[in-house]
Amino acid sequence: MIALLERFFIDIGSFSFFALRFFREIFNPPFEFKELLKQCYNIGNRSLLLVSLTGFIIGLVFTLQSRPTLMEFGAVSWLPAMVTISIVREIGPIITALICAGKIGSGIGAELGSMRVTEQIDAMEVSGTNPYKYLVVTRIVATTLMLPILVIYGDAIAIFGSYIVESVKGDVSFLMYFNLAFKKLSFTDILPATIKSFFFGFAIALVGCYQGYNCKKGTSGVGMAANTAVVHASILVFLIDFVVVLITNIFIH
Amino acid sequence: MDKKPVLEIIDLYKSYGNNHVLNGFNLSLYEGENLVIMGKSGCGKSVMIKCLIGLELADSGRIEIMGNDIMKMDQEDLDEMKTEIGFLFQGSALYDSMSVRENLEFPLRRHTKKFGEIHDTTPMVMEALESVGLVSAMDLMPNELSGGMKRRIALARALILKPKIILYDEPTTGLDPITSKEIILLMGDVQKKYKTSSIIITHDVDCARVVSNRMLLLIDGINYAEGKFEELSISNDPKVKAFFK
Repeated sequence: MIALLERFFIDIGSFSFFALRFFREIFNPPFEFKELLKQCYNIGNRSLLLVSLTGFIIGLVFTLQSRPTLMEFGAVSWLPAMVTISIVREIGPIITALICAGKIGSGIGAELGSMRVTEQIDAMEVSGTNPYKYLVVTRIVATTLMLPILVIYGDAIAIFGSYIVESVKGDVSFLMYFNLAFKKLSFTDILPATIKSFFFGFAIALVGCYQGYNCKKGTSGVGMAANTAVVHASILVFLIDFVVVLITNIFIH
Repeated sequence: MDKKPVLEIIDLYKSYGNNHVLNGFNLSLYEGENLVIMGKSGCGKSVMIKCLIGLELADSGRIEIMGNDIMKMDQEDLDEMKTEIGFLFQGSALYDSMSVRENLEFPLRRHTKKFGEIHDTTPMVMEALESVGLVSAMDLMPNELSGGMKRRIALARALILKPKIILYDEPTTGLDPITSKEIILLMGDVQKKYKTSSIIITHDVDCARVVSNRMLLLIDGINYAEGKFEELSISNDPKVKAFFK
């Protein structure tokens, strides 16, 4: 038990040092802009299809599930606003972040892990390149920048999915649906959700990089790094969400 | 030997917990020399070579490369010093996501002090690939190369900065006998062409016989025996004899 606790605190300490190093390295030249752009493309563009698909299905399902209940109360006209606010405030960011934790977090963990065990990271260091700056900083910055964009895009697709159901079941026009949807949506719904998306992106990439960069035990370690990256990133996403909602409630309501 | 050492290790100690890997290891590498280091698996050969290039920090001792104590250097000077050292990794360590050309260009990105601003890297890449006889592989990806080709490309990458010292970490491990022989001959060619000094870590007695000017046996974390291949191979010491059976 004591050994487990000791291991836990050592891991927390080593993770904190890894995170602190990011803030130290990000402002020091040389800057790896080319690699950053490449990572933005990899992380953003390659997640689009998955985010589109899950966003669309979430919009469809959420509307289909809510409609009968709202109809019972004669409140079906509230449906567009209710679905939009739920998606923008909570469901969109959380679902997109979890999807990205699975896709991006595990991808980074496995990629850096395999680079570590095949000595590619050592080879970078030998060639005089700072591998932390080249591999870690670029991936963390790219994910932090790309996740809010993916969240906004995923929200839009989900709301469109919801509109499809409403247009088929309720015979609601495009203009009317979006009028009803955005009428109740305020700046205080969008801002905290966007801010927390940056933190989600940072946490997902940081955990993925940490697991991959410190990967040991050969090829089995690579699988473990990818797996642990997803689990830890998902937990961190929920923790960040909880903290942000708590702070938002204090300041906004 | 009247030549001056380009690399010196003095009283190097390195431990991992209670596992004392290096216990006062000493080494001198002279200009133009091929020094082969042999030792049992896990005896600290790779740790020693990693200490040389800053991948591992020694607990104590001194490492001097061309008269500079690398353990007292700041990061910037150490990075610059690394241009003088080429490293051939045991598993080649080519960057999977980059083509052969990009693999060779990668070390050139940060070393403008040595070469000035490089506007066109093609001549340097071509020269390095010509040295290993693989110009035709320039646009291939690492997964399209055989084990022997990967090792040659890794050597070309080590050569592109025109280093004075090359460190080979088990250069023939995992290769078939014919490819191993080709790599061994290539190492000789490289030394002649680039006038490098080399440290070669190997278990391969054939490799040691062909390339070594001098040999060192690393046993129990110290340099147990030193000498020419011919001298050590007829030694009566059972620990030394075991390597040449």
